[in-house]
Parts: sequence; structure tokens; C-alpha cells
Amino acid sequence: MSDITRIANTLMKLDDMLCDCMRCGLCQAVCPVFGATMKEADVSRGKLALLDNLAHKMIEDVDAVEEKLNRCLLCGSCQANCPSGVKILDIFMAARQALVEYRGLNPIKKLVFRQLLTHPTLFSTMMRAAAPFQGTVMRKQGSTTYDMPLMSKLIGSRHIAKLPAKSLHATYGALNTPSKCGIKVLFFAGCMADKYYTQLGEACLKVLKHHGVGVVMPTDLTCCGIPALASGDRIGFVKETEKNLAIIAKELIGGGIDYILTPCGSCTATLKEWWPHFASEFSPEQRKTIEAVAARVMDINQFLIDVLHVDEKATGFRNAGSVTKVTFHDSCHLKKSLGVASQPRKLIAQNPNYELVEMKEADRCCGCGGSFTLFHYDLSKQIGQRKRENIVKTGAGAVATGCPACMLQLSDMLSQNQDEVQVKHPVEIYAEMLPE
Amino acid sequence: MISPNLIKDLEALLGAENVFTSEADRTSYSYDSAVLPSTTPALVVRPTQTEQLGDIIRMCYEAGLAITVRGAGSNLSGGTVPDTKDSVVILTNSLNRILEINTEDLYAVVEPGVVTAQFAAAVEAKGLFYPPDPGSMSVSTIAGNIAENAGGLRGLKYGVTKDYVMGLEFYDYKGNLVKTGSRTVKCVTGFNLAGLMVASEGCMGVISKAILKLVPPPKASKALTAEFATVQDAGNAVAGIIAAHILPCTLELLDQNTLKVVEADQKAGLPTDAAAMLLIEVDGHPAQVADDAARVEEVLKKCNATAVHLPGSAEEKNKLWTARRMALPALARARPTCVLEDATVPRSQIPAMLAKLDEIAKKYDLQMGTFGHAGDGNLHPTILCDKRDKEEFARVEAAVDEIFDVALKLGGTLSGEHGIGTAKAKWMEKETSKGTIEFCQRMRRACDPNGLLNANKITGI
Repeated sequence: MSDITRIANTLMKLDDMLCDCMRCGLCQAVCPVFGATMKEADVSRGKLALLDNLAHKMIEDVDAVEEKLNRCLLCGSCQANCPSGVKILDIFMAARQALVEYRGLNPIKKLVFRQLLTHPTLFSTMMRAAAPFQGTVMRKQGSTTYDMPLMSKLIGSRHIAKLPAKSLHATYGALNTPSKCGIKVLFFAGCMADKYYTQLGEACLKVLKHHGVGVVMPTDLTCCGIPALASGDRIGFVKETEKNLAIIAKELIGGGIDYILTPCGSCTATLKEWWPHFASEFSPEQRKTIEAVAARVMDINQFLIDVLHVDEKATGFRNAGSVTKVTFHDSCHLKKSLGVASQPRKLIAQNPNYELVEMKEADRCCGCGGSFTLFHYDLSKQIGQRKRENIVKTGAGAVATGCPACMLQLSDMLSQNQDEVQVKHPVEIYAEMLPE
Repeated sequence: MISPNLIKDLEALLGAENVFTSEADRTSYSYDSAVLPSTTPALVVRPTQTEQLGDIIRMCYEAGLAITVRGAGSNLSGGTVPDTKDSVVILTNSLNRILEINTEDLYAVVEPGVVTAQFAAAVEAKGLFYPPDPGSMSVSTIAGNIAENAGGLRGLKYGVTKDYVMGLEFYDYKGNLVKTGSRTVKCVTGFNLAGLMVASEGCMGVISKAILKLVPPPKASKALTAEFATVQDAGNAVAGIIAAHILPCTLELLDQNTLKVVEADQKAGLPTDAAAMLLIEVDGHPAQVADDAARVEEVLKKCNATAVHLPGSAEEKNKLWTARRMALPALARARPTCVLEDATVPRSQIPAMLAKLDEIAKKYDLQMGTFGHAGDGNLHPTILCDKRDKEEFARVEAAVDEIFDVALKLGGTLSGEHGIGTAKAKWMEKETSKGTIEFCQRMRRACDPNGLLNANKITGI
């Protein structure tokens, strides 16, 4: 069988889903990539048509189709607005996998997804080893951001925050605190809150402790798997998820864990939607855990508002000095996948030292898209610039968002433009008003 | 085969990043929203300045390339599908500047690729109103609307795109700039070439600039909905409202099949036992709106409406309108392929048309839902099918033939707002005459001697 026939046959399995697209083109109105490039191959209708053509062997250049398919943030804006209800994300994930299986995975991605992200100790050791040296290679750009010209091969011209000296789990160890309010949660910090934005992880633990929520935090959880999935690396995803499932299954034995919380919209969406979606890759035992996880996982903003009802409690103390204007960016996974939009805003409103002002296009993607930004930095910046303009136009001194990947992108965009706008997670803002 | 020199020249003119030659890029411009076979063009170019249009056309025309112009590619009759593999597609979506919104003289000047909804929003922000609202307005372009004479929900009271075109600039096949119309309300300087360009579907020239009429927005509006036990009653109500000399800004109908499909999808509490539902909105001066709404209610009751609702709050109104907005999406989700027609009949013939549509659906054993702009007789019979099922799709094609036959017999027309393109070209003569086709072809040859401007569309050349 020729190569093109093999990939065509694999893609034909998606034919029923591909067929649902009636080519109305309304995705052009909401696609952030199309908004930047105005090219049909960059919008979902164009990509679906290319896949359809490849499935029916009406196009020969497989490389080109893969290249176009990868120019997508997987933000889900198109799917949320699709009149025909095409399962665009399912199609794109499956197609990326088919293409990776057809030609093999990029070696860098292979190293990251299959080794680094599945070995949290190795990952943390690397980050820890890098932290002391960063002073010598990091050039100060904003009040909390730096660029690293010597590392430009790896991070481009990005402005990033300093790496923490210690990861969250290295600071806290394996946590298992008793519950005072009758609710016990497993805290899934996610790579970013564990290793990069550790102050966010700390804020989450502080808030949970304040409200008497019992917290279980195992030390060896790995990546949720979304970067591997988005890159079509089924094997890496399965490897990561099997590790997580083994750890979580142990904690779930005997019951007692009411919720699994993450401070990351992408992690939550992955545990809630993608794990069950790919359940057939796992053993029956593991599938049971996947079901149990999907039933319990919740975004931490949503938990604080919908379960603990902290917005019905008294607001915190108003500090001396002026109130900080803060605007909120809806992360794609949080709003479009999980429908969480009002909760983080309510959480911010609890802190009287902040005043929430809405920006234009608050739910338009920031352009990060996880690993999209690594491989398409110029495009990512172009999309991010529009978000930056909308943030700056509000005159806010801070911007909050419920996803650490968005935080990374927003602080890079703002710092590149020399804007003195702080980037925070809503839980950090809420935690600030709670007593130490 | 395209000569490498032509590509080089176009790259020099537009920049290499605006000349697309790769298979994947070209394939992306091989289709539009019509359910039709695709044709991949040989070349795709994207001007970023309107002045470049003239040079592009001259170069491509001289090279003997067929030319298809494309905005958002959202049209429903195949107008932006290239004629042959030796075609060049000219993209207008980067020519998207609003050049002027004049609030004193009530007009705007725009480039061809401005997105309709963005334009309408910019006009609204200046306190004025651009009424044409085709269903694809969130992505469609102004020049695309002009080339197709796009309509929308507000046609009955406010008219369609042609009623807002005051003047145009376009490039002819030689690449010369042609100007017609003006910024003035009145203008009889020469032929009404703007009128010729409206609904010309890319066959006469390439629009580079449009002067559009704006109107003051209505100060108030009021919405009503009504349910009916028979389609005849609903049709009588539509006729009755017009006969009472009330022009609602929207007067929409959903038939029972559509209500059932929308309800199954949305669970919005729609009356699935009603034979038809009307959604009506009147707008204007607050006093007149109140008066009109009361009279509409009277007519509805006189025409045996089984229920009439007047939403109190904006939220309630929005909820009712969701049913109309979700009509096409809900129908589209029910089956893989959705064939959306727009045969239009005189208003008085709506009950007859609806009865015939039911008959046709039964005769060909097809699932069909009908909704649309009852106020202007523009219905959207929508057939739900799977184009991969050859036997079923043959029945769909036979049914569509019969829908057109019926519409013409009832004194109607093939297309209210979607255009002819290639999708309905074969029925043109049936509605018009042999002489009409020949006249159009002679006229086209004068404007396009080599037959390269979207030659297969409408009448052929």
C-alpha cells in the first residue's frame, strides 16, 4: 500500500465527522489565527477541507497538510461557534495523531513528551539546576520579567519570569491535610503551577487551608498530557497518563476525595474531557480511574464559587492606598471547553483592593496555545499583540486569567511592549486578602 | 500551466507572501458554501492595495487565465468556485479598510473586503444604521454582498444590498478603473453601472470601492410571536399584516418540521404542535411602534393565531429570537449535508408554496424544514441529507428541480438572495426567456471579450 493510501485510509475513519462541515465559513469570524493571517488554510473550514481532500486522495502533499494543521491553537473558538456542531477538536487531535504515526514525531517533542514530562523528578532537577545560573544569563526587561539572549535558541526573544529555586512539591512534600469543612480534594497543580508559577500553587494551598479544605497533593504527578496530545503524540500521552492514573488511583482508594482541583484551565479540560475521550487506550482498571477523575475534576475558581460559595461570605479588608484596576482574560479551555467564566470574576470581586473592568474581546485567544507558541512564535506574538492592546486600552494595572499558559503569554506580550501591567491568577488575587 | 514570468511579475507587484502557488494553499480556494464539486485554481493572489487590482486583472487577462474574485467564500450558489483549473483566484479580504463614515451626509466609503458585520458595527458606533443583514454577515464582505445582491431578515421594510449602493468603483477586464454613482442622493451622470454590478457575480468587473447609503436607526422596536394550527392561517396573517399597511422590520416564519428539529436540538420550549410560528418585529418611533404592535396583534388574532406572545424584557425577546437564529444550525446538525434553497414567491402564495413543499418532501421521501423571510416571500426550504448517499442525493436533486418549478408556477423566482452562480444556472431560461439569456451573453462579451470573468456563472458567455 502506498504511503498516501495509508494515511488516506486512516483519515477516512474521520469521514463521518469531516462530512458535517457544510463549508459555511463562519469560523472565519472567531479564529484567532485567521484573524492574524486572513488565509483560508489557517481557518478550520480550510483545514477540514484539506483533511477531506487528503482522505479522498485529492491532494498529494502530506507535509503541507500537516504544516497547515499545526497552525492551530486548539483554542476551540470555532467549535464553540460552529452552526453544524462539527467536532473540530476531535478531528484535529485524531488527524495530528495519524500524521505523527505516519511520519514519526519531531525528536525534540519526543524527548520532551516521552522523557521529561513523564519524569517529574528529572524535570524538576533540571529546572532546579538552571535556577541558580539564571542570574548570569537573564537580562532584566520589565519589573519582573527578563530575556535570555544566550538561550535564544530555546526561548526565542521571550520575556519570562525568574525560575523559582524550588518547585511547589519540593517545598511542601507529599501533602495530606485533614478537612475541617468536610470536603477533601486532590490538588493537581499542573506543571506550570508546580515548577514555574509556584506562587500560584502556594496561593491555591493557602486558600484551601483557609477554608478548611483537606488537601492531598502527591509529589510525583506528571504532565496532564495535553502538550503531547496536541502534538499528535499518542504514545507520550498514554505514558504520562498511565503514571498519573496509577498515583491518583492509589489516593482514590477508600473514597474520601470529593474533588480533584487544578488552577489550570487546560489541565482541567484534559482530565475532564480528553482522558475519557481516549479511554480506549487504557486498561479497564485505568478506565475506571479515568471515569472517577472526570466526575471529580473541577477548576479551582469554579470550586471556590460553586461549591464553597466564597462570594456569599464577607469581602476582605480594604487596604490603605489606591484600588488596582484589574481586567480578566477568559482562557479558551476555561470558558469554551468548561463554561467557567463568571466564577473567576466573582472571585476577583471578593478582594476590595481590586476593581474589575472588562476588556474588549475578553474571550479571544491570547495566542499561546501551549506548544503552539514554541513552534509558531511570530504568529503567536501577532495574535498576542491584539490581546495586549485590548488589555492596555482598559487602563488596568493588572490582568488576571485562569490558566498559567495564558499568564506566560500575557506577561511576555506586555513586557515586550514595556507595559507595567501585572499578570495574576484570580486565586492569587483572592488569596492576597486572606490572613497569612 | 502558468508561466513562471507571470508569477514573478505578480510577486514583484504584490510581494511573494501574497502569491499562493502551493497545492495546499490553492486547494483552500477551491470551494465555497454551496454544495457543489470543487475546482482547484492554478494560482491565488491577494492584493493589499486596491490600486493593485487593475494590474492583476490586466496581467492575468492577457495571460488568458480565468478569473474568479473571492471575499469570504460564504456564498451559497458557487459564485466563488473557480471555473477551470487554469483559473486565478483574486482575494479581496485584505482590502478591508473603511475609508469614511459620513454622519452629515449619511454615507460611507469602503474597500471591497470589509466584513459586513464589522462595517455595520462601525456605523452603529457613529449613531447610524446599515440595514442589510445576510445570514453570513459575521464573515461576508461588502463587495461579495454587492456581487450577490445579498438580502437578510430586514428585506421587507429596509430592502436589500442593492438599495444601499450609491456608487462604485471597479476595474474592467483591461485593468482600467471605472467610476459610477456618487456621494449624492441623486446622480444621473451616465449609465447606472452600479446597478449593473449589483448581482453581477464577478462577471462584469472587479469592485474596488463602494459608496454605501446609511440611514438613521429606529428609536424603538417591539417583538411578537404567534402560533398557528394551519399554515394557511399563518399565510393569511402575513398577508393581513401587510394589508393593514404595517411594514414590520422582520416577519419570519418557521414551519412545523423546523420547530421540531430546533426543539429537539435546543429544548427551548417551542410549540412543536403548531403548524407554523411567526416572529414579528416592528420598529420606528416609540408611539408608532406601540400602535403598530397593537394592530399586528389584532390581525394575528383575527387570523386564528392559537397563541400570541409579547415578550416584556429584552432577555425574553432574545430567547424567542434564538429559535429563529438556531433554525439553520439545528437543521444543519440533524444530518451530514444540508441543502439550503431560497426560492421566493409573492407573499400571497406562501401558504400554497408551503403546501407544495410538504408534498415534494413526501413524494421524494426527504426530510425538509422550511423557515424564512415570510414578509418578503423568501422561504428557505432546507433539505437534510447525506451527499455521500448517491441514491438519496439523486432524490434531493429531483426535489430541488421541482421546488423551482413550483416557485415559478406560483409567479415566484429561483433565488431571492443566494444568487445563481452555477448552482441554478440551468433554470435561468425557464424563469426568463431565451432572448434574456442571449442579451446577457452579448452584454457579457462586450465587457469580457475572451470569456474569462467567472464565465460559467449565471448565463454562461
